[in-house]
Amino acid sequence: MKLSVSHHTTYRYDSPIRVAVQSLRITPSVFDGQSILDWEIAVEGGQKGAGFRDGAGDWIESWSLRGPADHVTVTVNGTVETTDLSGLLRGHREAVNPGVYLRDTPATRADAALSALARAVEATEPLARAHALSAAVADAIAYRPGATEAHTTAAEALALGEGVCQDHAHALIGAARVLGLPARYASGYLFASEDGSPHEAAHAWAEIRIEGLGWVGFDPANRCCPDDRYVRVGSGYDAHDAAPIRGIARGLGVERLEVTVAVQQAQQ
Amino acid sequence: MLSRTADNLFWIGRYMERAETSARLLEVGARIALLPSTGHGYRNEWDSLLQASGTAAGFAKKYGDPVQRNIESYLFFDRDNPSSVASCLERARENGRIVRTALTAQVWDALNTAFQQLRQLEREERSTVETGRLTEWTMRHAAQVRGAIDTTLLRNDGYDFLGLGYRLERADNTARLIDVKYYVLLPRADYVGTGLDSYQWTTLLRALSAHRAFHWAYGGEITPAKVAHFLIFNRQCPRSLLTSIAGAAAHLDHLATAYERVTPAQDAAESLRDEVAGLTVEQVFDEGMHEFLTRFIRQIDRIGAVVHETYLSGETR
Amino acid sequence: MTVSYFNEMYDGGAVRDLYAALEGWTRSMPAELRQMKQAEAEDLFRRIGITFAVYGEGGDPDRLIPFDMLPRVFSQTEWRRLERGIKQRARALNAFLVDVYGRGEIIRAGRIPAHLVYGNEAYEKAVTGFMPPKGVYSHVVGIDLVRTGPEDFFVLEDNCRTPSGVSYMLENREIMMRMFPALFRENRIEPVEAYPELLRRTLASVAPARCDGEPTVVILTPGHFNSAYYEHSFLADLMGVELVEGPDLFVESGLVWMRTTEGPKRVDVIYRRIDDAFLDPLCFRPESMLGVPGLMDVYRAGGVAICSAPGAGVADDKAVYTYVPEMIRFYLGEEPILQNVPTWQCARPDDRGHVLDNLGDLVVKEVHGSGGYGMLVGPKSTKAQIAAFADQIRENPGNYIAQPTLALSTCPSFVAEGVAPRHVDLRPYCLVGEKIELVPGGLTRVALTEGSLVVNSSQGGGVKDTWVLAE
Repeated sequence: MKLSVSHHTTYRYDSPIRVAVQSLRITPSVFDGQSILDWEIAVEGGQKGAGFRDGAGDWIESWSLRGPADHVTVTVNGTVETTDLSGLLRGHREAVNPGVYLRDTPATRADAALSALARAVEATEPLARAHALSAAVADAIAYRPGATEAHTTAAEALALGEGVCQDHAHALIGAARVLGLPARYASGYLFASEDGSPHEAAHAWAEIRIEGLGWVGFDPANRCCPDDRYVRVGSGYDAHDAAPIRGIARGLGVERLEVTVAVQQAQQ
Repeated sequence: MLSRTADNLFWIGRYMERAETSARLLEVGARIALLPSTGHGYRNEWDSLLQASGTAAGFAKKYGDPVQRNIESYLFFDRDNPSSVASCLERARENGRIVRTALTAQVWDALNTAFQQLRQLEREERSTVETGRLTEWTMRHAAQVRGAIDTTLLRNDGYDFLGLGYRLERADNTARLIDVKYYVLLPRADYVGTGLDSYQWTTLLRALSAHRAFHWAYGGEITPAKVAHFLIFNRQCPRSLLTSIAGAAAHLDHLATAYERVTPAQDAAESLRDEVAGLTVEQVFDEGMHEFLTRFIRQIDRIGAVVHETYLSGETR
Repeated sequence: MTVSYFNEMYDGGAVRDLYAALEGWTRSMPAELRQMKQAEAEDLFRRIGITFAVYGEGGDPDRLIPFDMLPRVFSQTEWRRLERGIKQRARALNAFLVDVYGRGEIIRAGRIPAHLVYGNEAYEKAVTGFMPPKGVYSHVVGIDLVRTGPEDFFVLEDNCRTPSGVSYMLENREIMMRMFPALFRENRIEPVEAYPELLRRTLASVAPARCDGEPTVVILTPGHFNSAYYEHSFLADLMGVELVEGPDLFVESGLVWMRTTEGPKRVDVIYRRIDDAFLDPLCFRPESMLGVPGLMDVYRAGGVAICSAPGAGVADDKAVYTYVPEMIRFYLGEEPILQNVPTWQCARPDDRGHVLDNLGDLVVKEVHGSGGYGMLVGPKSTKAQIAAFADQIRENPGNYIAQPTLALSTCPSFVAEGVAPRHVDLRPYCLVGEKIELVPGGLTRVALTEGSLVVNSSQGGGVKDTWVLAE
């Protein structure tokens, strides 16, 4: 599928900032299920800095902006060709040992309830286990936008029984790690097809390391594995670590965030 | 040089000069208090000193009535008073510690010794410490620091930032001291020409360590016009406004040469220097001494701000 | 239990040759002169501003580390062996770091458990797959050594991040030379003063490939409130480089710049004396004000060198320490010249059982601890202290390792009553860049309290000059 993405992020400040620095992990991954046709990042009034591919295979690009400025706008436009690989991240070059992703973070740490959820899974074969975990998380946390916020942890979302894709991913990661399966957070875009699937275009899911298969994506929010409607961008221990935009602005202003994302099927 | 280093050096100069001024103020106050009767008691004079150093509000909040002993504590020892000798020495030394690498061992030694001795002095029983001793002590250590700077420091940009701090602070402080005499101590014209008037002028000259120098330079009777000329225009007087601002302009000039770049800081200092040099005592009296001094102090402030923006903030590209 | 300690000065009743001159010097010094000299030394230390603030303890920020005027002496033969052992270790540690951020051969070969490395807090995912210039992660390796006999040296721990204390090595020597020039005329003592220049050269040698011309090196300090600030500024001064704080640096167009009075100046090599976590708020702790936003991106893209390289801490962890001899064999194909202290990992059930049964005889340390905090010295502890510590171990076994109480050697030291033996350790500083270098000497720390084995300055330890005699 050929998908075009348009993603605008604006930080507005009530008093001008002196300087802003941003580290952007916002370029689609390159693997057998995905290739970039065109992709352009721009920071209004900014200067492009270092760019490199990190050990996890993500392309990172940094930008800086000299003030005074009352807003910082990051604009991303591009087209990606995707293929359905049933969630497999085949052909993705990375150097990080999967063992690293057994580490907990505050957002993914399993409490007693999440550990219990993980241990209740009966399947023994790794892939089946991962599918079962994903289903269990989807059953335990109902999709409800606004129920949680950016800093909600997996344990909190589970207790609440509601959340969004970030909470689903965190819970699945935490549960997988309880069973000794390396797991990580994947961020990207989702093409919401005409059949009425309601989820956001800026999307997130989990990846679990399955011996023999490598990394496999699981999206509890949509009860499926990523297919050709998904554009994978970056990964990390959790949402914070995988954040597409990390930035810092020096100034006294209070920040307000505006985001618009659109994913469409490109014209053939 | 790092902008932050230049900033620290600049402030070492300012704090050392300010410490000296606070000690001089103490001296002025102590001398005026020795005058048997001024008709309205010494309280006003002490109060006016606090006004001059810009610390009256802070003092009133902490101590209430201006009692000599408290004022001495406030001007010398009190860390709540940012202009006290102790505050200034401590901050000068702290700035020195931060930029230890930009100083010679001798300059650091002088700063550090002053600070270590201050700590000893603070442990002494207050009643055994005479005001005169405090003033002398401050002058001696300030002189040691300045001496070490003059004899051991490389004449590079760091030296100019230090010197610039000293000169700008001195210009400001001399202006404030003249203002005390002219505006605060003796606001009423009917005192002019009385014994009290002349005693206060003498005291002011003493406070600026310029009493004997004045006599060498002018001789004869002390008149307001002569003193004003001496303290504002005389290039031989090391603390006059013109000497101070010309010194600041010279340091800025060195910086422009060293960096091969003229900035608004040079323009600001030179234009104030030329303006003061072009005035006469009569013109100053016509404008009003207080008005002139207020304007001068404001211009010094502005130069400080331009220097900060140009060299010390690190925002220059 | 009576333990006999190796005394570095006396062999039985006889004075070892090495110390013959010093013994005479000590004996001939009248008590009054000694006291006078001691006061003079203290005054010198205070005047140059070399003071020490104990982290988090408050109190006098200008406290001096006690200086013991009686030097410690090594022969040329003893030193050569130490030097070979230290360099060997520094090479192996760096090879390990390159490996674990690369292919992880040592783990694939099953020589070190994967979780000790990949599960380690100090392992930085952000630098995997990145090869720092010249393949060096740890540019200054501080190796803490103790001695238990004429030939027996043990490595207590490795410091691969930012070992401190080298300023004391240099100042102790400086002060001894100033106060007792005759000693230096009469004994042929190898100089240590080349250290700052060697450090500068080491740092310059790892400038990124993009840097053309003479590299600009800076030292990055957390600031003047840091207890080691004196050392940072001392080294900057002797190396002739700028001492910068985070806000003095900024990132633009893929490079790092410092703010100067003449505008931005490019920086090529950062010798950082702040922890990884504070380097870059965009990459690590977002609330850190000490670091430079965007620094890690520039580093990863090859625009600047950071020394020690972020992630180096995974090699000096006390659990990884156990495997250093294994690293030496694996990467260098050599046998370790310096021995490890036998170490029990409380994470292993068998080891834990042994540790809990023998707490009274062992020293127990936190895996990530330093500065002598959070440790238990069994033979010096009360029953209650031991019981409380046992609970801590049971609660979080992975956090502790244990070692036998070593019979640390003693050196004669000046104490109130005259001269008495006190326990010592040694920290030499090995420089790793294009070359591996070591100045002949190090920091000798001495436990000035009688019988004490804890030499940390935060726990009442002092320092003394360390001599290596020329042939």
